[in-house]
Amino acid sequence: MAAVAGALAPDWIVSLATIAFANALAVLGLVVMWRAGLISFGQALYYCVGAYAVALTGRWAGITDAFILVLLGGVASWLIAAIVGFLLARYREIFFAMLSLALSMILYGGLVKTESLGSTDGFSISTPTFAGYAPHSAAMLQLSLYWLTLLVCFLAALGVGAYFRSVAGSLAAPIRDNEIRVEFLGASVTRLIHVKVMIAGLLAGIGGALAALAIGHVDPNMAYWTTSGGFVFVTVLAGSSSVAAAFIGSLLFESLRSAAFDLMPGLWQITLGSVLLVTIMFLPEGLGSILVRLRRRSSAKPS
Amino acid sequence: MLTAFAILTDGLVYAAYLFMVAIGLTLIFGVMRILNVAHGSFYAFGAYGAATAVGIYTTLGLPDAMGFLLMVAAAMAVGVVLGLILERGLLRFAYGKDEVIVVLVTYAVFLMLEDVIVLIWGPGSYGAYQPMIAAGNTEVGDLVLSNYDIGLVLIAAALAALATWSLHFTRYGRILTAVIFDREIAAAFGINVTVVYTVTFIIGAALGALGGAVMAPKIAVTLGIGVEVIVLAFAVVAIGGMGSIEGALVGALIVGLCRAAAVHLVPQIELFVIYGVMALVLILRPHGLFVRAQPRKI
Repeated sequence: MAAVAGALAPDWIVSLATIAFANALAVLGLVVMWRAGLISFGQALYYCVGAYAVALTGRWAGITDAFILVLLGGVASWLIAAIVGFLLARYREIFFAMLSLALSMILYGGLVKTESLGSTDGFSISTPTFAGYAPHSAAMLQLSLYWLTLLVCFLAALGVGAYFRSVAGSLAAPIRDNEIRVEFLGASVTRLIHVKVMIAGLLAGIGGALAALAIGHVDPNMAYWTTSGGFVFVTVLAGSSSVAAAFIGSLLFESLRSAAFDLMPGLWQITLGSVLLVTIMFLPEGLGSILVRLRRRSSAKPS
Repeated sequence: MLTAFAILTDGLVYAAYLFMVAIGLTLIFGVMRILNVAHGSFYAFGAYGAATAVGIYTTLGLPDAMGFLLMVAAAMAVGVVLGLILERGLLRFAYGKDEVIVVLVTYAVFLMLEDVIVLIWGPGSYGAYQPMIAAGNTEVGDLVLSNYDIGLVLIAAALAALATWSLHFTRYGRILTAVIFDREIAAAFGINVTVVYTVTFIIGAALGALGGAVMAPKIAVTLGIGVEVIVLAFAVVAIGGMGSIEGALVGALIVGLCRAAAVHLVPQIELFVIYGVMALVLILRPHGLFVRAQPRKI
């Protein structure tokens, strides 16, 4: 349905939706961790690694195939997450958030001072191809990227959904409530969290790779804490109860941002801040809780 | 030798600035367990308030010496008002929620205040360099030091001494220690915890604004200064241990000296080194240098 809609919708909606769904992957990663009570203020680290991996492979190896590039972006950030995870998995609460923040700012600090990679300006990415098919027009390119993003998001949603239903996934809420009991059940909390960090890293990296292709440009701001802050924002908005909510939340966030930016250029941050406050105060479980409630109501009805 | 001396002085000046920003943040965290992202906004408001005060002051053509005091007073007033509004109007409804959730509340406030700054002061940039020029320079050997920078270091040192003294030897300081140690027992002994929270938050906000005010003459007061400051302050506080004032001092010195060394020796790693140190400390001592597992913080 979304794929057909993409073909009919005007260009700016397609590009907005592409970015929104790419970012939704990073958000989905945060949701995976949020279910265990962990929040990361440094998810931009993996996002940026994914984006730069795409940009650099394009630049150095000359690979333009979008499928390979996105895969590479995901693998690169997954590797980083796997290494960093050994460390992060020992931390909880605010310390987890702070250490991830520090790590992403290290990358930012490094990129800003690297002249060969364009310093603060970043650099552009060459136009991608799709398994041998090179779109002729800008509109077709945009549409192809949109479809690719949809496909990846669909697979990610399936994968994360399966993970949530697995034993490791369903231990998330117990970890949040009482870690010691989980340990007594015979599971290693550290290892479970390590896996979550890796899943989140992989998803954020793929998201970053797709976003980089869609924007056609990478810069160090992708690793800055405000980028991470945006992801956390959407995570709170979406809540942790549903996979679909991450995508809806991200789409809503991007629309809200561009609408607020168009209508009240001086007030868009106030709008975002108010929405965040209202969500935290009155809908602490996020948009997902509405979805879950609706689903329950429809299944409770006698058919 | 000259480089070593330059690193030392630059490092001290930068540490003084970091300490002034971080002390309010660590105070609020120590007492209220709130990691206040909006602290960056307090800093920005302080800087803007100071710039406005200096602007008015210079147009009136009054003597230089008072300018600095007026600037500080204006900024602190802004901080007090802002702190009062935030704590009473919003944050008190968020007490009792998860620490991480409260961080998000302050993040929302931070986003909103960024726009409030544009609404009040507009998107332009302000200069408030007059006090810095009025202070003049001192020459030490080949090195020219700004008197303003020396003053900054002295103010930070005085602030550290004052904070430590009032925490350990005044009535309010002891009450604060009691609240930090155990909020509920303190309340049971008749301490009005609500008032303590409000006062602490206001003091923290005023300190953040003070940091902005004293830095205003050294920087261009422009949009986005709060965004940068808040992560730096986080780094300092995380290194020292969240809630510890001695920690904030040591953290500021470490970050200040490391950055100055990086700037003079290997400029490419200037930012890298700050967060590198932060990550290293967090790896070795997750709670920071000055905080142990028991709840004896501040």
